[in-house]
Formats: sequence, structure tokens, C-alpha cells
Amino acid sequence: MLRLTVRNLLARKLRLALSGFAIVLGVAFVAGSFIFTDAMSGAFSGIIKGTTADVEVAPKGANDFDSLQDRRTVPAEIVDKLAGLTEAESVHPYNQQQGVYVIDPNGDLVGGSGPPGLAFNYSDTVAITGEPILSLTEGELPSGTGEIALEESTAERAGYHIGDEVELVTAGRNPTMTATLTGLMRFGSAGGLGGATLVLFDTQAMQELFFNGEDVYSGISLTAAEGVSQEELRDAAQPLLPPGVRARTGDDAAAANEAGIEEILGFINTFLLVFAGVSLVVGTFLIINTFSILVAQRSRELALLRALGASRRQVNRSVLAEALAVGLLGSTIGIAVGYLLALGLKALFAFFGLDLSGASFPITLRTVLVSYAVGLVVTMIAAYLPARRAARIAPVAAMRDDVALPESSLRRRLIVGAVMVVAGVGLMVLGFAGEGESGLALIGAGMLAILIGVALMSPVLGRPLIHGLGAIYRRVFGTVGSLATENSLRNPRRTAATASALMIGLTLVALMSILGQSASASTDKAIRESLTSEYVVSNVVGAPFSPKIAEQIRELPQVETVAQFRTAQAEVDGSFAFVGAVDPNGFAEAFDLPIPGAVTAVFRPGTVLVEASTAEQGGYEVGDTIPLELQGGTVKLELTATYPPGALPANYLVTPDTLIKGGLEPLDSMLFITKAPGAADADLRSAVDKITSQIPTVTLKDPQEFAAEQKEQINLFLYLIYALLGLAVIIAVLGIVNTLALSVIERTREVGLLRAVGLSRRQLRRMVRLESVAIAVLGAVLGVLMGIAFGVALQRAIADQGIDVLSIPWLRLAVFVVLAALVGVLAAVLPARRAARLNVLRAITTE
Amino acid sequence: MFGATVADSTAPAHDHSVAARAVDLRKVYGEGDAAVAALDGVSVNFAAGEFTAVMGPSGSGKSTLMHCLAALDTATSGQVFLGDTEITRLDDKRLTTLRRDKIGFVFQAYNLVPTLTAQENIELPLAIAGRKPDQAWFDTVIDTVDLRSRLSHRPNELSGGQQQRVACARALVSSPDIVFADEPTGNLDSAASGEVLSFLRRSVDEHHQTIVMVTHDPIAAAYTDRVVFLDDGRVVDEIREPTADRVLEQMKMLSSGAVAGTPAEG
Ligand SMILES: Nc1ncnc2c1ncn2[C@@H]1O[C@H](COP(=O)(O)OP(=O)(O)O)[C@@H](O)[C@H]1O
Ligand SMILES: [Mg+2]
Repeated sequence: MLRLTVRNLLARKLRLALSGFAIVLGVAFVAGSFIFTDAMSGAFSGIIKGTTADVEVAPKGANDFDSLQDRRTVPAEIVDKLAGLTEAESVHPYNQQQGVYVIDPNGDLVGGSGPPGLAFNYSDTVAITGEPILSLTEGELPSGTGEIALEESTAERAGYHIGDEVELVTAGRNPTMTATLTGLMRFGSAGGLGGATLVLFDTQAMQELFFNGEDVYSGISLTAAEGVSQEELRDAAQPLLPPGVRARTGDDAAAANEAGIEEILGFINTFLLVFAGVSLVVGTFLIINTFSILVAQRSRELALLRALGASRRQVNRSVLAEALAVGLLGSTIGIAVGYLLALGLKALFAFFGLDLSGASFPITLRTVLVSYAVGLVVTMIAAYLPARRAARIAPVAAMRDDVALPESSLRRRLIVGAVMVVAGVGLMVLGFAGEGESGLALIGAGMLAILIGVALMSPVLGRPLIHGLGAIYRRVFGTVGSLATENSLRNPRRTAATASALMIGLTLVALMSILGQSASASTDKAIRESLTSEYVVSNVVGAPFSPKIAEQIRELPQVETVAQFRTAQAEVDGSFAFVGAVDPNGFAEAFDLPIPGAVTAVFRPGTVLVEASTAEQGGYEVGDTIPLELQGGTVKLELTATYPPGALPANYLVTPDTLIKGGLEPLDSMLFITKAPGAADADLRSAVDKITSQIPTVTLKDPQEFAAEQKEQINLFLYLIYALLGLAVIIAVLGIVNTLALSVIERTREVGLLRAVGLSRRQLRRMVRLESVAIAVLGAVLGVLMGIAFGVALQRAIADQGIDVLSIPWLRLAVFVVLAALVGVLAAVLPARRAARLNVLRAITTE
Repeated sequence: MFGATVADSTAPAHDHSVAARAVDLRKVYGEGDAAVAALDGVSVNFAAGEFTAVMGPSGSGKSTLMHCLAALDTATSGQVFLGDTEITRLDDKRLTTLRRDKIGFVFQAYNLVPTLTAQENIELPLAIAGRKPDQAWFDTVIDTVDLRSRLSHRPNELSGGQQQRVACARALVSSPDIVFADEPTGNLDSAASGEVLSFLRRSVDEHHQTIVMVTHDPIAAAYTDRVVFLDDGRVVDEIREPTADRVLEQMKMLSSGAVAGTPAEG
């Protein structure tokens, strides 16, 4: 039997290659996701380890990966005390600042507005890796506020050379400044900062520019003396520190930061794996279909084997062995392709500001094991049903002319499908009631169950659609049209399974389009209804900028009020809180927050307003005390009112003093401007533009422009998702190619007959093409319908989280169906060519 | 040496009563030592309005001849004329149109498209050409093959004989210049064979159809006007007004090799 399996594999190279390709793509996605996140993790871990010394001293909670605007410092006198420690070889106080961006000679922000812009003071600290954190590679160290050094890749991207005047945007007292570039630095040993930019000043310059000239530091790095361990040094240092300042070993500090990174990377990995999963499900359909067709075509041969005495198990195993070989080969190639895909993801994410050019892309044992497991399990599951069917072929079938495979009745399929749909709906309902990740997982599982259920029922559900399409075909293409229609109807399971693969991809594409469009519409509505200020000044991605901007704008005669909106990330009772802070008085002018009574009546220092759905989830009520955990400590606030979801880009609203109490630097992320009575819009615009032009990323816009900018972000995210779903669609298209190619082979004699009685090559190609289009359109229409159903359900379910407007992009959905039809045309190219090339004589004379 | 014995089949070139004609047709399969001449210089005429049988031992080149005449295959050398058209010079596109409009076929098996009804199968060549069948002629053909009650059935709902009758009807309904049938009764029992053969006979008698049929069966051959014998890729003999007994006799002589020099009688 083994020899037979091998023979079969060789004889059906092309057909198996196509189904193997589905495995390759699915496994590649899985492997690629892991390789990519491993690469990211390695890169960030390298950055973290390369910047951490033996012991790190800093205010508790400060200078961690997620503390963005912490402004707490340690006083300079600690430095001298620590320097006295015999355990310490050297003591390096440092200052660091976020939001310092380099402007390139064209006036653009280096690295775009996504990745962080950092400023450090230079020091010769050695990291726990044994390498200096920074090393001068060219030029001289900067000195004074008029000189800087740049990290190599930053300078290279900007195109600056030593001696150039470099323009900077800062979040400090001066929104912009220029300085002379005196030197280039290498960061760590690997170099590169994952896309971030780095500017280096000397220590006094840092203090002068960003710490009000006070002799304070963000933290102090200690390197251990010969023979002293990290722990010994930490224990020696800690007693010398004032309350609230803590010493940590380098390993601990690095681990804490890495844990923060891993959380985000884990999220990205899960995100990617979801799409890998979608591709695999689609691939499963393709494999089931391929094996079903192969088994059907071999049924005579299998029956002969049975007649010659092969047992059911042997027949079953010979099919499964074939699947195993395909799975193994597909997984192996898949891992290799996954490596390339990871490089592709690198390029895709680079577009979003993540630079991994220096990172290595490791293929770990875990990646290999997971890839093989996934590839083999999926192939075996997919081949199991056809294998079982093959084993059920009766030996007597060998003697018959037309072998019909035993197939489960459509009715049973319909029932199983319906049960799955009902179960899926149940899971989704549970998921909506549930919370967080488990809720999402339930919703996902429910959707999958419904999709598979519909796929099972699709031979029946799709029939009216094909008939409808057939009527059009017949009218437009005559006999060729009806031949194509009959072909797609003759094996409804095959047509439906092929279409289902496309259906799944398109369901998700349509779903995401609907959610994206609804999010856009909801944004529009929220801005229209609650934003009463005439203008907004903001940065596209909400990166903070210097409060100097607000001060300067406030002085303009055309301006009546300026409300400064700040943001922070905090925790409340262990869950993430997105905090907005604004001055109550300016806020009342700029925003019409839909709460009963005047905002100023409830909103004042010491209080917090909470978004209604957040309050409901946390079980908070008006009058409760909310502990807002910020980096610098927990601030207790009284909950005085709740506001509807989506009204503000934050789920907690506090006054600015709360953030300062929490240790955060006062940086603005949005300004809401109302016009002075009688001021001309054009005047106001040009006056404000003059101020904001100092910072390329910050612009003035009216509410419509503001909304458009927000929607652009939504669309950008949508395109990322389209790109990731694209792979699933490609697999589905391969499925169509595969099915058509196999059908053409199966119908060799019929094709020969048609050619013999006068069907031209062109007509024959058209016939195959029309069948392909029918399959594609069936999949697309089912997918779009499912997408609409899911989209409506999901929008309703998350309506209380800000997406409260349902908006269905009909035109876009129609375009998807038309595109699917075009894809059908493309998918038919090779099978049609193959059919047209068929030697008529060989076709009709082959037995 | 055989050439002389069949001199009368290389008839004048522009005789209008000739529906199809092969001139020194050769067809070689394979190359070098493995080369097999399936047709080794065949020259033969088929008169219009005549029912001709082609017979010969298995492997003698009957099917190959049929395929070359019917524009399904290209000869290695020699010429094939259909009426006045030399088809050996035509490209695939022209050949396709020619098959569609001028030639009818019946194969031994697998003559019908399984997804189409009997009626749709019969109309297929016309439908492909985008033409409507002539209703009167369609009715005549249907009645001749006696299929009226089966028109809406799919092939798998028809018996083998019915299927071949549908195939015959399809071959005739476009009023082709000539119909080629390769062992059309090869898979049928004697009753079903009788149905098909008498239908073919009638279409020659009543509608002056030209038919060339390959067969193994002396009884089938007896329905025809003329039998041409092939052996080893050459025309070796022919009989006019055949009876089953005479054909059988001739076949026996052929297989014993005795026929080689014997000219046909009467
Ligand atoms: N496609 C082919 N390739 C090689 N040889 C062939 C092919 N078709 C037919 N032949 C050979 O040509 C000869 C004539 O075949 P054929 O015309 O089918 O004979 P018949 O129909 O009289 O039985 C045979 O020897 C056969 O083996
Ligand atoms: Mg033959």
C-alpha cells in the first residue's frame, strides 16, 4: 500500500501541489507571525538590556517602559552619596525626555509621528550586556544647549551630517529649537532603536532645557565594582535613597520592562495569529475539496483495490498517508515562506513606524514545532472525511461504469449546518454578555461555527443564486452560458465548498468594512454633536506637544478661549484607563458634554467623570471614590457624573492638577479653540498656523477636518486588516483554480466531445471562465451577506462603547462582489487554457 | 501491389457525387524504430448519399482513418477533401467550424453531455453555432429516431440504445454533409443495434444523408451500400451491396491472409 501511496503522490503532483500550497500559505502565516514577534521581542529586549546598568535608581514606578510623561526626579545630592559606595565602580546620573523630534531638512518629522522621539544626556555607562549604552562613532561630544549628537540611524534617516544645524521639536519649554550636530553615536551593540529617534545633549543642557534648570535627574545608573553582584550593589544603594526612590537590579529592571513589551507583542502576535487562523480555516476547505475530488476521480481504482482484497482500513490509510506527505511537505515549505512573510510584515509595520532593520529574525524550535503541528493537524483533519468516504466505496463499484461515491445526504448536511449556526449564534450571544478576551474568543468561536454551518448548508443555500446567475448567463452567453451553469450545478458540494472558502474571507472583509464605516460615522456624529469649539489643534496620533503652543495661541486677538486637553494612561482597579484631563472652564466653552446640568457644576479638581459603559463595567456609581493609579502614585477622586460613550476620546475625565499629582509632565495633546466675536476665520487660521507651523505634526483644523483626520486613522487600520485578510482570499482563489483544474481533468472526455461537435477553443475557455465566475460570485455574495449580518450584530453589541451609528458601505460591498467576479475570471485562466489545449482525439478515445 | 486491386476507389477528383475523399493518406505514430504506420497510403472515395461501412481487423487503422476524415486528427501526409474543400490545409479554428457545420459524429460511447437533456444534446452543435434548428427537420429527425417521449431526459435516464439514437439524432439534425460513426453499435445488444442501424439506413434512403460507419459486425455491415476493408493501414478490398454472409466470408479470408491477391467479386 505504501508503494501505491508514493506512486499516487507522484502521479498527481500538480493537483497535490495546489492543495499543498494552501498548507504552505496557512503555515507560513503562523510561522511568519511567530518569527516576526520573536524578532520584535529580540529587538526590544536588546534595546532594553543594552540600556540597563547593573543597578538602576529612580522614583518608584518611573522610567518603566509604559511611563511616558513621568516628570518625577531624584535630587543631585544622592549622586554624591552613591558615589561614595565602595560596591559601585561608577555612578551615572541621567536625564531623559520624551517628545523630542528631529525635523529633517525638508521640514518633515524623522520617522513620522508614530515612534517615540527621545532625548538623553550622554554618559559612558556600561549596560548589563557589557557593552556601553552609547558610543561615539564620529565627531565630538556635544556641549551646551546649542549642540547635540544624534544616534546614527536617526542622523542617517534625517540626512544630517556633522556640522549641520538640526531643527528639533520638543515637548519642553521651547516648542522648537536648533542646535549644531557635533557627533554621531551608536546605540547599544546592535544599533537601532526600533524606529524611535534619539537626540543627545550634555547633562547641563538637558537640565536647562527640560528640567527648568534644576540640578535633578530622571534616574541614576550604577555599575558594580569588581566582584560585586547586582543584588549586593542594590542592597548597598537602597538605604542611601530618599523615600519614594528605589534601587533595582539591572536584571529586575530589564525584566519589568520586557514584561511590558511582551504584553504588547503578545497582543500583536495574537492579532496576527487570528489572521493565520482564518487562512488555515480557508485552507482546510481547499484541502477537503481537493482530496474529495481526487478520491472521486480514483474511485474506480479504489474499488478495484477493494475487490482485490484491500481492507477499508488500508484504503483509508492510503489516502491519509497521502495527506500526511502533503502536510509534511507543505509545512516545511510553509516555514521557509513564513520567514519571507515575516520580512514582509517587517516592511508592513515599517510603514506604521516600527523599524526592525537591525533585528534578527530567528526560527526557533517553538516556531518549527507549532508550524508542523498546525500544518499536519489541519491536513489530516481535512483529509479524514474524504478518506472515510473512499473506504466506503463498494468493491462492486469496480465493475460498474459510472461510480458514484457514497456521499452524505444533503439533508443531513443541512441539519448539521443548521445546528452549527444555532450553536454559533448561542456562542456569540454568550460572548457579547461576557467580558474581555474570553468574550472575544466566544464571539470568534461563534462566528466560526456559523460560517462552517453556512458552508455546510451552502450547496442548498447557493442553488437559487446559481440559478439566478444561470438565467443571466443563458441570456447573455447562450449555450456556453447554460453549459457553464449546468457544470456549476452538477456537483453542488464541490461548488459550494469552493465558494465557501471565499465566503469566509469576504465575510471578514465585509464585516471589517462595516465596522470601519460605522466607526467613522460614529466619530462624525460624536464630533458633530459635542464639539462646540470652532477649531481643534492636534497631532494626528495624539502625541503630546509643548503647552507653550496653547499659551501663544491664547494671546492671539482672534481667539476667545483655548481648552488644553491632555491624556494619560492609568489603571483603575487593575484595568486599563484612558484618562483625559482638561480645565473645567475652557472645557465648557469647547465641548457640549451631554450630561444633565452645567459641566462646571460637577467637574472640578478632585472629581472624575466616567464614561457610562466604563462605569457600568466597573460597577461605579455617582458618589463613589475612584482610585486612579498613575505612575507617580494613586489619586483618589470622587465620581460626580457619567457621560455617554464616544463623547470624548477618553473614558475618564479629570482636571489637569490630577495628572500633575500623578507625577505626569504637563503636555497637551489637543487644543479646542473658540473664535473671538467678530474675528475672521481666515485671520484666525493664518495666525494659529504661524504658531503651529513650528511643529510639523501639529495642525489647526475645523471640526470637519478633525473628523476627517480621525477617520483616516480608522481607514489606515482597515487597510492593514485588508492586507492581512488578503492572504486568506488568495488561498480561496487558489481553491477555485484547484477545483476548476480538477474538474477539467475529470471532464476530459466531455470536453473532447464538446470540441468534436464544434465548440471552439474560445467558447470552451469562456465556459470554464463562467463557471469560475459563478463560484466566485456565489462565495462573494454569501460572504457579503454574512458580513452584513455579523457587522450589524457586532455594531449593536458594541454600540455602548462608542460605535453607536450603524453605517453600511453598500458601494464598497458591491465593489467586493464585482472584484470577486474579476478574481473568478483570473482564477479560470489556467484551467481554461488547460481545457482548451486538450487534444480532442485523446480526450474522446481515452478509456 | 495492392494498388491495382483497388484502382476503382481512386476515382476522378471533381466528381460532385463524392462527399469525402482521401488521397494517399498516411498517418505514422511514433518515431524511428517505434514508428507505426496506422494508415499507409489510403486512397478512398465516399459517394454522396451512400452508406459505407469500413471494416478490418483490430488495429488496421479504421478509427485513425475516420478521425482524419472527420477533421479530428491531422494526417502525416496525403490529403483529405470534404466536398471540394481540402481540410488538411485548414487551421484549428476553421476545422472547428467545419466539424460544427458540415460533419456529424457518432462515437462508440460517451456521445452525450451528461448535464444536458436529450433535446439539448441533439441541438448542441446548432446551439454552439448560435443557430436555431429547422423545426420541420428537427421533428423529422426526432420521429425517425423515435425519441419524442424522451426529449427532456438526461443521458443517465436513457438506455444505451436510446443514448446512441440521441447521438445519431445530434449528428443528423444540423444536416451535415457527411456523418462519421465509429462502431456506433459496439456497446449495444442486437435489438438496440437494429434500432440504430435501421435509423441510419432510413436517413440515407429518405434524406440522402452520406454516412461512413466503422463496424466489426457483419450484420451491421449488411445495412450498408458498400463495405471497404482495411488491413495494416491499407485498403485491401471492397464489396458493394453486401450481405452478412458475404461480409463474413470476406473477413475470414482476410484474417487467414488469403485475400491478399483476390479482387472483389461482382
Ligand atoms: N495515439 C496513438 N499512438 C500510437 N499508436 C496509435 C495511436 N492510435 C492508434 N495507434 C496505432 O495505430 C494503429 C491503428 O489504430 P486504430 O486506427 O485505432 O485501429 P482500429 O480502429 O482499426 O482498431 C494501431 O496499430 C494502433 O496501435
Ligand atoms: Mg477503433
